[in-house]
Amino acid sequence: MESWIGGGDPKITLKELAEAPAVVRRIVTHPYLAVRGIARGNLPSPWDIVAFALLFGTLVLITVGTKQFGAPLSALEKTSVDLSPSALPYYALRTTLRMGAAMVLSLVFSIGYAGLAAKSQRAERIMIPILDILQSVPVLGFLTFLVPFFLGLFPGKVLGAELAAVFAIFTAQAWNMAFSVYQSLRTLPPDLVEACKSLRFGPLQRFRRLELPFAMPGLIWNMMMSMSGAWFFVVASEAITVGNTSITLPGIGSYVATAIADKNLGAIGWAIAAMLIVILLYDQLLFRPLIAWGEKFRADNEPGQVQPESWVLRMLQRSRFVAFLWQPTETAINAVLRPRRPLAAQAEGGFALPPWTPLALDIAWYGVVVLAAAYGAWQTVSYISHSLGLGEVGHAVLLGLATMVRVILLVAIASLLWVPIGVSIGLRPRLAAMAQPVAQFLAAFPANLLFPVAVAVIVRFHLHPDIWLSPLMIFGTQWYILFNVIAGASVFPHDLRDAADNLHLRGWLWWKRVMIPGILPYYVTGAMTAAGGCWNASIVSEIVSWGDTHLQAHGLGAYITQATNDGDYPRVVLGVAIMSLFVVGFNRVLWRPLYSTAERLAGVEE
Amino acid sequence: MIDEQKSPVAPAPAQAPISAETVLEVRGVRRHFRRPHGDPLVVLESVNLNLHKGEIVGLLGRSGSGKSTLLRIVAGLIRASDGEVVYRGEKLHGPADGIAMVFQSFALFPWLTVLQNVEAGLEAQGLPPDEMRDRALRAIDLIGLDGFANAYPRELSGGMRQRVGFARALVMNPTILLMDEPFSALDVLTAETLRTDFLDLWMENKLPIKSVLLVTHNIEEAVFMCDRILVFSANPGRVVAEIKVPFKHPRNRLDPRFRQLVDDIYARMTVKAGAGKTTVLSIGERIPEVSTNLMAGLIETLASETYKGRADMPALSQALALEVDELFPLAESLQMLGYAELETGDVHLTPLGQQFALADTQARKVSFAKQMLTRIPLAAHIKSVLDERPGHRAPAVRFLSELEDYLSDSAAEQTLRAVTMWGRYGELFTYDDAAMSFSLEIPEAESA
Repeated sequence: MESWIGGGDPKITLKELAEAPAVVRRIVTHPYLAVRGIARGNLPSPWDIVAFALLFGTLVLITVGTKQFGAPLSALEKTSVDLSPSALPYYALRTTLRMGAAMVLSLVFSIGYAGLAAKSQRAERIMIPILDILQSVPVLGFLTFLVPFFLGLFPGKVLGAELAAVFAIFTAQAWNMAFSVYQSLRTLPPDLVEACKSLRFGPLQRFRRLELPFAMPGLIWNMMMSMSGAWFFVVASEAITVGNTSITLPGIGSYVATAIADKNLGAIGWAIAAMLIVILLYDQLLFRPLIAWGEKFRADNEPGQVQPESWVLRMLQRSRFVAFLWQPTETAINAVLRPRRPLAAQAEGGFALPPWTPLALDIAWYGVVVLAAAYGAWQTVSYISHSLGLGEVGHAVLLGLATMVRVILLVAIASLLWVPIGVSIGLRPRLAAMAQPVAQFLAAFPANLLFPVAVAVIVRFHLHPDIWLSPLMIFGTQWYILFNVIAGASVFPHDLRDAADNLHLRGWLWWKRVMIPGILPYYVTGAMTAAGGCWNASIVSEIVSWGDTHLQAHGLGAYITQATNDGDYPRVVLGVAIMSLFVVGFNRVLWRPLYSTAERLAGVEE
Repeated sequence: MIDEQKSPVAPAPAQAPISAETVLEVRGVRRHFRRPHGDPLVVLESVNLNLHKGEIVGLLGRSGSGKSTLLRIVAGLIRASDGEVVYRGEKLHGPADGIAMVFQSFALFPWLTVLQNVEAGLEAQGLPPDEMRDRALRAIDLIGLDGFANAYPRELSGGMRQRVGFARALVMNPTILLMDEPFSALDVLTAETLRTDFLDLWMENKLPIKSVLLVTHNIEEAVFMCDRILVFSANPGRVVAEIKVPFKHPRNRLDPRFRQLVDDIYARMTVKAGAGKTTVLSIGERIPEVSTNLMAGLIETLASETYKGRADMPALSQALALEVDELFPLAESLQMLGYAELETGDVHLTPLGQQFALADTQARKVSFAKQMLTRIPLAAHIKSVLDERPGHRAPAVRFLSELEDYLSDSAAEQTLRAVTMWGRYGELFTYDDAAMSFSLEIPEAESA
């Protein structure tokens, strides 16, 4: 009966409506927004300042230290890139392998980092603010510091450049994954924790049977998001110029860079095609199976509704050959992880520590942290002030404001465009099911491949770069708004829609009282991701080239890029620090409060 | 404390059959939290208990009475602040071999199959895979789960899931089985089946268990299953009575002696709850979070023809399908506000309560506000602070931190929530959730 009341498509059965949410519900919250209990308020805590000082102190020390390696950084031979399409599969393979290596690194890092932060309150105090700031540092900013460092470590070897690229991709992937694992470890179901204790699990068994499985769905989803974000940077990190060091690593990124330098539009077309195929393969061969497999780790004990499907997973699970290969592996894992009886027996007992031990440890640990932070702050300030004055800081802040205005305007425009579209798609379950993967795919596609086209257009029509370069910033990240809004609208309760129809709520009133509050948490997640992406993208999109045509807009991104190209490290440190401050400030002042308001409106209990 | 106990309530050792072997001893176990200022907060007053071979001991009480705390101390999941638990002649440190636990929420790993869940504890002991499988399958068989070994918990009904919980505990060959309200998450029929199935296994000596400790807030369940019941009272949690259940299994719930014992326990629990409550409350009194609708509903029910202002608590509990955990706080909040009195298992309306039942909505609110101001010091305090302040606003945190001088954090929050809800109903003050502050003003209508 109810299915006829709704204003929607009467062909959609109630069952389908009930099922639609399950697919999308768990995937949207940005782990950063979901993390609770880091800081109660949104104002910066002293730990933020400590974290900031530690981080930038380290970057400065890396820069200073690398210079003392003394090896000629330009020793790396510039390999020439073959622009024929037949070379692309090999380049694509190299790029893919880099991504894979970085993903493995990110996995290890996020589990280790989050594990440590969740286990030790002392570590957590400082590690979580550091993570917060790390994720706001522009990814390509890291590259500037990493390239000289790794080239210095392996002078004259390709390995150094490869490592720098892998680490750059890592910095685009790792932080939100670590947040997600940390969030999971902090919210382990208390009854399962007690069951583990009561059954006397060892740490390894606890990790394997409780912690890892519980963190798995969030981790898989964030791996996928990270991968999407990273395609953008892999393109930028394969062909880099830092001061007088130019590096070209074989891969799609350098293929594109060469094509741009040669003004070869055909080659760019081929590169775009290759990228599409690679992303599609990653999706079908890795992430779909992973998501379908990850379903079994869902903690809610309710019967699954729509199971995500993957033909690859089905094939793997049904294949006798795979089972034949997997069986011995599993036995081996079990044999390694199997606790030995005597060990378990010895676990009891402990030695008595004097009662003042915790306090003493606290004083020692926090003392060291604060001292290190003070040293880091002093290093950073002296490094920057050595060559730059206060005026330069003001200049950079002004440019930051320019970029900020762009980011705000772009997010606003993209919201006006995509929220209505997303809502109308999301309210039609069948359309949503089709549009969701497309939007996700678009988010993964590295928008910088399309920049040359934009340059050509701007030059052709003599457009103003300060305005017309801006859309490039949001080109790749607007899709986050779209697919989060789709997700939000598709889980919007059907009875509320019916109630709104019944009350004759229409037009603006319908948006204001019904739909906007309903999708707000999803929208905030999407908008925050999009805005963060914009800041990151400003570094590549405020300066764009096509052959020997260079277009530049005024902004902090262009400032950092310019400084990087000139090898002007103090300016890079300054620019990156200021951009991080802007992003952290944005998150604290705008997104987090907005998100908690949204959750309160949506009636979500903490 | 134990000194309040009367004849059947003497310390356990004297009561125990001389021949019975003591499996576990709880000596002077106490638990409290230190607070930054003020006295430590006592969660559980000193408890002595001897578990003997062949008995099922029930820990009966309401939430916050420390019964679960005691169970978790015996399980080795939390530490006692004072006292000790002696098991197999040694002091207990952490979860011990031979003590297994069944959880209220089942606590199954959703990503493991039934078989893997049952094997988990054996895995922790490092048994060889073959032996592990063998023992797990036998436990699954014993508990009636054969055929479900490869199912995931989400494919099972609640009753089946708790069977997995039992199998997982039993496969460890425990000497002592701890049960934390194992049937309370199940529907009535399923719970009863599971209880009788368990008692059958227990009576037929098919279980390796020597003794069972069962936490429950269900009086009938305690009388149905236990040989001995420790009755707990709240704030601070302590044992107020120890009751022997002299019936043989299988027990008949309709047996008049069974009913009599259930009534007796209700009476004991109301005596405790009622004592001293008619006097003036303190500002730090814990107030149960009971909805005003429920209170009005109970007053109306009591005033109706069926009860004529007075009801027997066990009968009321059955008629309204309210558990002890729900009925007692409800009746007590009526007593706090002066609408009803509790004595020896009965609840009866005061004249004020009778008036309330007949009044219309506005008159009810007026009466409610008046009762809150005169009988609930916290409500009067909030009101007077709001009256004094120029803007008639005050942040909730202020009252919360005052309450935390008397109550645990969660109890303080709960109490403030309860008073907020009651105050809103009585229109004493309003509360703005976004600003987290109280005020006297009616919230301004949004300009729309």
